[in-house]
Amino acid sequence: MHSFGYRLNGLLTFSVTILAVMCAMASLSDNLNTPSPSAEIQVTNINRFQKQPRGNDEVSLTMNISADLQTLFTWNTKQLFVFVAAEYKTPKNSLNQVSLWDAIIPSKEHAKFWIQTSNKYRFIDQGNNLRGKEFNLTLHWHAMPKTGKMFADKIVLTGYSFPEEYR
Amino acid sequence: MTSFRSLRFHMDWQGQKLAEQIMQMMLLVSAVIAFVAGYVLGSFQMMMIVYAGGVTLTALITVPNWPFFNHHPLNWLDPSEAEKHPKPQVTVSSKKKGTKK
Repeated sequence: MHSFGYRLNGLLTFSVTILAVMCAMASLSDNLNTPSPSAEIQVTNINRFQKQPRGNDEVSLTMNISADLQTLFTWNTKQLFVFVAAEYKTPKNSLNQVSLWDAIIPSKEHAKFWIQTSNKYRFIDQGNNLRGKEFNLTLHWHAMPKTGKMFADKIVLTGYSFPEEYR
Repeated sequence: MTSFRSLRFHMDWQGQKLAEQIMQMMLLVSAVIAFVAGYVLGSFQMMMIVYAGGVTLTALITVPNWPFFNHHPLNWLDPSEAEKHPKPQVTVSSKKKGTKK
């Protein structure tokens, strides 16, 4: 090619184009990963279960959350965003999802954890339907990549229920 | 230091073609080596480092006017030689060519 500047421009353009292709291939390689995550949540205590002045139920609870999410990490994973949501059905809404706790897991080493915590965000119902209600606790995650497609999935844990009476 | 002085000159045509081919080949090879290294080591950072090294090496080899890109230089005709061989004159036919019977 014809001059120093011309060749330099051509080299930079071609190298960046190839870099884009490499990043696309890195993202595609995430599909080869077959993760096998596991999680368990125990509700150790219902701290408060009251009806608010405005008429909505509010719950405060303490949970033990333990999970092994190490197999979700690939070479192209930047971090894992994890949250726990309570899911239940009411006459007004066929599905209610209330986010109770979330965290960012920055690396594979931190992905196997056990934490005892009260709910980080307030659990307030639309109405007063929670007495004796059965609910699921679902652990959701978003695997955020360094380049390319983000994968999201969840584990549903069933069998939780609220007390019959306020306390 | 003569190699640096010759950087003032351009590449010849063969050299330009060679430089372009070397550049494309080296960049593709760098990319393949970088991707494989990153995937096997499980390190995205390693892929980027190896690729950056490959791009830099390619730039050093193909972008400056190195002497080995000038092995087939075009020798323009010396002016004194050109005068001995005048340009052929184009015969100008002033009238349009018509169909002649």
